Amino acid sequence: MGVGVYSYRQSRGTRTDSLVAKQHRPAPDFTLPLIDGGQLRLSSYRGKVVLLDFWATWCVPCRDETPHFVELQQKYGGQGLQIVGVSMDDSPDPVRTFYQQFHMNYPVVMGTADVGGAYGGVLGLPIAFLIDREGRIYAKHIGATDAAVFDKDITTLLQTR
Amino acid sequence: MRTAKRFALLFLSAVCLITTSAFAQWSSIAPGRLISPEDLAKMVQSGKEKPLMLQVGSRMLFLQAHIPGSEYVGPGANEAGLQQLRKRVEGLPRNKFIVLYCGCCPWNHCPNVKPADDALHAMGFTNVKVLYIADNFGTNWVDKGYPTAKGE
Repeated sequence: MGVGVYSYRQSRGTRTDSLVAKQHRPAPDFTLPLIDGGQLRLSSYRGKVVLLDFWATWCVPCRDETPHFVELQQKYGGQGLQIVGVSMDDSPDPVRTFYQQFHMNYPVVMGTADVGGAYGGVLGLPIAFLIDREGRIYAKHIGATDAAVFDKDITTLLQTR
Repeated sequence: MRTAKRFALLFLSAVCLITTSAFAQWSSIAPGRLISPEDLAKMVQSGKEKPLMLQVGSRMLFLQAHIPGSEYVGPGANEAGLQQLRKRVEGLPRNKFIVLYCGCCPWNHCPNVKPADDALHAMGFTNVKVLYIADNFGTNWVDKGYPTAKGE
């Protein structure tokens, strides 16, 4: 696995706590059920910058991040950003309620242990992957990550064609 | 001078806030009742009688990686999970050695272990430990090379 440099960002256990790894391997493709029906295939977003967020409704840092993702999707969607949420909840019911409550504006699918394993194991939440327009993993953020960090990575990736 | 005082006050308030938040769960479960990943891993590897180890977090995480011999009983954050936990232990002697763990999130954000611990305490269990996972199960258990199993 092409894992690069890990570094802790700021203090541990706070909203800005995250572990970031620069990676350059292809993002494993998957097809998963959307919470509102239908299927989502990750590779259908090739050409866009994708922020793939593994999260769950009961995960406090995930809940804190959601409004920032809604803002980022609104801000950069027109420039080619697509956020995709992968819920690690056991059932879709609380996810549908959460989706409405938080006015989420990006697709959410129900994750599986297999997909988590393909991404190196989602053994803690949240974990977010930034994927470039070529479908390669640019960065992996483990734990709550400051919105400014995502903003910086996204703008960098959006500039590449 | 006044600005310096204000700055110092602000700084102290920030420190207090961060400290309180970071150790909220730590302080609510007595340190003596916590068990470290290192100590539990030694216990698991010892070949001696092991405690009853119950994962009280996410099933999806359990399927990907869990402590060998441990069982998934449901998230302690909701009533359904707590009911499964109570059902699993109801017939056990109240001095049974039980270890609860989750690892879904950083310790101070875990919504599962404290309610599960409270539920066992309310049932009269006297020998319950909670696995202290600082960051998440991947970082503090799997990445350390401690014994790990996959699947059901």
